[in-house]
Amino acid sequence: MTRQVDVLVVGAGPAGLTAAARLAASGAGRVEVLDREQQAGGVPRHCAHGGFGSWRRPLTGPAYARRLVETALSAGAVVRTGVTALDWAGPLALHTVGPGGPETIEARAIVLATGARERPRAARLVPGTRPAGVYTTGELQQAVHLFGQRIGTRAVIVGAEPVSYRAADTVRASGAEVVALVTEAERAQASLVRAQDARLRRRVPLLTGATVAELLGHGRLSGIRVRRRDGRTAELACDTVVFTGDFVPENELARRGGLTVDAGTTSRPGVFAAGGLTRPGESAARAARAGVQVAAAVMRP
Amino acid sequence: MTVTTHGPLPDTPYDVIVIGAGVVGSAIARALARHPRLRTAVVEAQDDMGQGSSKANTAILHTGFDAVPGSLEARLVREGSRQLADYAAESGIPVEPVGALLVAWDEEQRAALPRLAEKAERNDYKETRLLEAAELYDREPHLGPGALGALHVPGESIICPWTTTVAYATQAVRHGVDLHLNCRVEKLSQGLLSTNRGALHTRWIINAAGLHTDTLDRDLGHDDFTVTPRRGQLIVFDKFARALVRHILLPVPTALGKGVLVAPTVYGNVLLGPTAEDLDDKRATQSTADGLTRLREQGRRILPELLDEEVTAVYAGLRAATEYDDYRITAHPEQAYLTVGGIRSTGLTASLAIAEYVIGQLPANGLELGPSRELERVRMPNLGEASPRPYQRPDLIAADPDYGTLVCHCERVSRGEIRDALASAIPPGSLDGLRRRTRARGGRCQGFYCGAAVRQLFEEARG
Ligand SMILES: Cc1cc2nc3c(=O)[nH]c(=O)nc-3n(C[C@H](O)[C@H](O)[C@H](O)COP(=O)(O)OP(=O)(O)OC[C@H]3O[C@@H](n4cnc5c(N)ncnc54)[C@H](O)[C@@H]3O)c2cc1C
Ligand SMILES: Cc1cc2nc3c(=O)[nH]c(=O)nc-3n(C[C@H](O)[C@H](O)[C@H](O)COP(=O)(O)OP(=O)(O)OC[C@H]3O[C@@H](n4cnc5c(N)ncnc54)[C@H](O)[C@@H]3O)c2cc1C
Repeated sequence: MTRQVDVLVVGAGPAGLTAAARLAASGAGRVEVLDREQQAGGVPRHCAHGGFGSWRRPLTGPAYARRLVETALSAGAVVRTGVTALDWAGPLALHTVGPGGPETIEARAIVLATGARERPRAARLVPGTRPAGVYTTGELQQAVHLFGQRIGTRAVIVGAEPVSYRAADTVRASGAEVVALVTEAERAQASLVRAQDARLRRRVPLLTGATVAELLGHGRLSGIRVRRRDGRTAELACDTVVFTGDFVPENELARRGGLTVDAGTTSRPGVFAAGGLTRPGESAARAARAGVQVAAAVMRP
Repeated sequence: MTVTTHGPLPDTPYDVIVIGAGVVGSAIARALARHPRLRTAVVEAQDDMGQGSSKANTAILHTGFDAVPGSLEARLVREGSRQLADYAAESGIPVEPVGALLVAWDEEQRAALPRLAEKAERNDYKETRLLEAAELYDREPHLGPGALGALHVPGESIICPWTTTVAYATQAVRHGVDLHLNCRVEKLSQGLLSTNRGALHTRWIINAAGLHTDTLDRDLGHDDFTVTPRRGQLIVFDKFARALVRHILLPVPTALGKGVLVAPTVYGNVLLGPTAEDLDDKRATQSTADGLTRLREQGRRILPELLDEEVTAVYAGLRAATEYDDYRITAHPEQAYLTVGGIRSTGLTASLAIAEYVIGQLPANGLELGPSRELERVRMPNLGEASPRPYQRPDLIAADPDYGTLVCHCERVSRGEIRDALASAIPPGSLDGLRRRTRARGGRCQGFYCGAAVRQLFEEARG
């Protein structure tokens, strides 16, 4: 079954929802946003902390996600969740699937806003066993904030970027202890205040110039071995490790189409890209701004 | 249908107990299930079947072309290969007959190819063919530069090792075999197994404990062989790499040792490995920085573009190598005991034939099998990319929308499949067991998107 829309947006995160709201409000016709998750909103859905929205109207991640959805809906966009864009059915058409079955959707323009994720342990080639207790921030936040799951009791955070400190917050919110932050860099990549706050007030050691040399433990993680730049190694006992940052684009659709993506555009006329997909690791606010820009590009004659 | 994971064990004696629910023990249990008069059980130390060597191998359904001619292994691999191909077709176990190319990278290796073709003939495998470089590059355009030629072995296939073990065990359990998980045999004596969950009595014991067969053998006074774990580390590359390779690219074994292979998987990934490291620790299933570096160096020569793709997973398995160049399957009728040892690097392929061979030994050694019946077929969920997965089947989704609701996005695993696995005859004991049955969390994001949602479904089902 093939259906036509005017603009099809893949991904209901900050970039996709903002683009859809703009497009619907500027009279682009039927604007439809697909998201494979059950809830729209993208990554902010599980960022249970503040720092989203505008300085005049600060919001938590989930509240920000809800507001993005409301804005898109009230502008007249259609937001469909639980629907995955699987592959290309033509230059401007996608195969999709959801509980209602398969469908092919054709559009005059397609916006890819499929976001970015963190590189997991295996892709970082971290040696060792394969125990339980190994997370990325994305999984950790969902486990704790969306499902109220228990994680371990002692966690090491790999990375010292803003997202790493968010991961540390989530670990503590779950009732577990943060053993240390470990980073290859010479110093924390987050704001000085944030780093000092973590180190001094909460007494979380920050190991700089250190790499994770090995994960230890059978069944459950029992510790990690870290290697300092001078070659010395040390073992940190922990039952949880969170690999943070090191963002990679969620570019399956783009690659299946053989598309190269650039900020805003792709190598195929009529197919646009925005947000984390084009600049992995950018803030939600920047992704939303990219959504505004891509909407303008789609509307340009 | 009895599967236990904890609590007391039955005190009525069994006729046969199989120790170890790897691919070999499960195949033996399935073969015993044909004999309804026998009261049979399998005891497994871990919380699931197939968590030893059987979960971490290269997943190739071998022809046996390069086995030691005349050995028991050569025969059982040859027979098992055909049997498993048929069984896979009837049970829905993913298999892809992609064929293998033994690629020669230097003159010594090229010179070895005709000898390998001869050896294949002696192993009753006659379909090999020598390829010149031009035809080789036609078949494998992404191969690195410098290959001189290849031996084509069209019969080599790739298979899903996890579904195979689950299928055997499921069929056994459905036909009345008891499976006791989390049940480690600590001491063995004639007719008696002392386990961490208590004692079990039995007339016959079949030892299929993989890496630990030798230890249990010694309990009964046999010092026939020693298992030396030989580790194989492997790297699984992203599905984007699948288009780079069409065949299993095997190394040519020479005096200098065996190189590594590059092979597609039935799930649509590409494997690089395995290493071969003789160790003394039977738990040393960790990957190492050295191992991964060496694999990547070797892989870069074989398929340079492979290294540009992301790694999805890394794992290591241990082969049950012994001081012998063959399987060690020995019956000890005076003790009503049989050992299935040294099933080293071909046990997945040979599993059905090993089981037939083992069952065949029993009557002559004093165990009456009684009447035999046909087993009802099992139909396994499809994890392979070569035939439609549930999300690609409008009929299934129309009947049950849960098959259209994707939970694990990278591997496109639906809620329906996860639900089915959790309600199956032998439900997974852990998230890893669920992954092996469905692929959920096994893709490129490794749970970033779906990990918590999958765990939720798992925990809900377990109550
Ligand atoms: C763990 C983590 C924590 C972060 N914390 C912060 C923070 O505190 N503050 C901040 O400003 N920024 C933060 N960021 C960055 C910010 O969240 C992202 O940059 C932003 O969400 C990107 O927006 P987006 O719309 O491009 O992508 P996303 O928010 O990732 O949304 C993409 C959406 O596309 C959907 N999708 C993907 N593929 C398909 C498909 N084939 N079919 C259908 N749907 C699909 C996904 O389900 C998802 O909902 C964080 C990022 C991460 C990963
Ligand atoms: C790296 C590698 C690559 C390979 N590639 C291939 C291939 O491509 N094709 C192929 O055909 N074969 C391959 N193999 C070989 C194949 O994987 C093995 O031969 C096969 O899995 C052996 O099965 P098993 O049942 O004997 O052993 P296992 O799977 O190890 O099963 C033994 C079981 O016994 C249990 N057990 C042990 N001790 C006790 C005890 N005391 N009490 C209770 N339970 C116990 C263990 O927990 C385990 O589950 C490979 C092997 C490796 C390691």
